[in-house]
Amino acid sequence: MKAMLSAFAATAIIAVVAWYGLHEAGFSAGEQNAGESVRLGDE
Amino acid sequence: MYRLFLICLLSLTMLAAPGVQAQDASQGATEGATESPQADRSATGGAQTLEDIMARQRGEEVPDRARAGEDPDSAGAMVGQLGALGGSSDSDVWSALRYGTADVTVSSGGAPARVLIQDNGMWWLNFRQGPLIKYGGWLLLGTIALLALFFLIRGRIRIDGEKTGRTVTRFKFIERFAHWLMAGSFILLGLTGLVVLMGRKFIIPTFGHEAFATAAVASKWIHNNVSWAFMVGLVLAFVFWVAHNIPNKTDLKWIAVGGGIFKKGVHPPAKKFNAGQKMIFWSVIILGASISASGLSLLFPFELPMFAKTFGILNDMGVPQLLGFGALPEQLAPHEEMQYAQLWHAIVSFVLMAIIIAHIYIGSVGMEGAYDAMGSGQVEEQWAREHHSLWLDEVKQREGEPKPANTATTPAE
Repeated sequence: MKAMLSAFAATAIIAVVAWYGLHEAGFSAGEQNAGESVRLGDE
Repeated sequence: MYRLFLICLLSLTMLAAPGVQAQDASQGATEGATESPQADRSATGGAQTLEDIMARQRGEEVPDRARAGEDPDSAGAMVGQLGALGGSSDSDVWSALRYGTADVTVSSGGAPARVLIQDNGMWWLNFRQGPLIKYGGWLLLGTIALLALFFLIRGRIRIDGEKTGRTVTRFKFIERFAHWLMAGSFILLGLTGLVVLMGRKFIIPTFGHEAFATAAVASKWIHNNVSWAFMVGLVLAFVFWVAHNIPNKTDLKWIAVGGGIFKKGVHPPAKKFNAGQKMIFWSVIILGASISASGLSLLFPFELPMFAKTFGILNDMGVPQLLGFGALPEQLAPHEEMQYAQLWHAIVSFVLMAIIIAHIYIGSVGMEGAYDAMGSGQVEEQWAREHHSLWLDEVKQREGEPKPANTATTPAE
C-alpha cells in the first residue's frame, strides 16, 4: 500500500513539474503559434 | 511479440488506407478535370458548385479543378476596376491555396501556419467523431461484458490447495512503485482521454456545455502532464522485468492448458511471470511505447512528425501493396501528421485499455491472492506454488530450503 501511495504522490509531483517545465520552455500552444508581432491577451 | 508487430503494421496500414483513398480521389478528380464534367456548372462558369463542395466533403470524387491549369500569367492585366487580384479570379486563388501552390507568407508559426486549407482534415474529423468513438467504445464495453460473463461462468479463481499461512516476497517496493506509477497514471490518462475524445458526444448532451468545458480543461491538463509519469513508469517496468519476460518453452505448456484459468485444479508451471503475464508485459511495453511516441508528437505540435517517414518505410517494404492498397502518402501537410498521430494515439490506446481492463480484472476480483503481489508484495506460499511453481522453487533454493517434491515441472493437480 505504501508503494501505491508513494507512486500516486510521485505522479502528482511529476505532473506539476512537467507543467511548470513545459511553460518555462515555451511550449504552450499560445507561445508556439505567436510571434513578436502578435499580441496575446493584455500583456 | 512478432504477432503484435504484425498487428501494429496492419493497424497502421488500415489507419492510412482512407488517406490513400483521399489521395486517389484527389488524383482522380484532377484527371477528371480534363474530361467534361457531367454536372451542370453553367451557373458558376464551369467552376465547382456548392454541390461539388458538399460531395467532396462526403469523400466522393469530384472534378473540382475544372478551371485549374489556366496560366495565371495569361490572365488579363490589372487594369481599371479589376482590383487587387488583377485578371485572376477568386477561384484561382482558392484553388492555389487548397492545392498548396499559393505563395503564403506568415509572420509566425512557420510551415504549419502557411497551410490555410487542408483537405484531409474533413476525413479526420469525420473518422474521429464517428468510427473511432463507436468502435473504440464498443471494444471497451465488449471487454467488460466478456469479463463479466467469464466471472459468472468461472467465478473467482480460488487458491485450490490448503493455505500455508506463510508468505513469500513477490515484488520489492521499487517494483511495486513502478507498477503503480504506471497503473495510476494510465487510468488517469485513459479516463481523461475518453473525456476529451467522447465528451462532445456524451457529456454535453447530458451535463451541458459548461460542465464539459470544465471537464475538458481539467482533462487536458491532467492528460498532458501526467503522461510523463506514465513514461517514467514504463521505462522502470521495462528495466526491472524485461529479463523475466523473455519467452521460453515453459510458456508453451502454460498456453496449452490456457494457464489453468478455465478449469479448476489445473496449475501449469511458471517462473516469475507466466505466459499470460508476459503477454501483458509486452503489450504494455510495445503499445505503451507507441502511445508515448504519438503522444509526444501531439504534445509538441509539428515538432515531431513521424508518419510521412513511417509510410515511406512501409512503402519501401511493400507492406501496403502486399495488403492490396496503393502506396501510402509520403507527402503530408503538418496538420495531417498531427491528425494521423491523434488517430494512432487513440486507436492503440483503446487496444491497450481493453487489455488493461482484463489485467485489472484478473489482478483483483478475478483471482484470489493475486492483488497481494502488488499490494503488500507478500503472497501466500500456496498461491505461489499454484501459479508460479518454478519461481517458488528458485526462491526456496535461494533461502536454502530443499526443493519440494511436488513442485517440479509437472502441473500440480
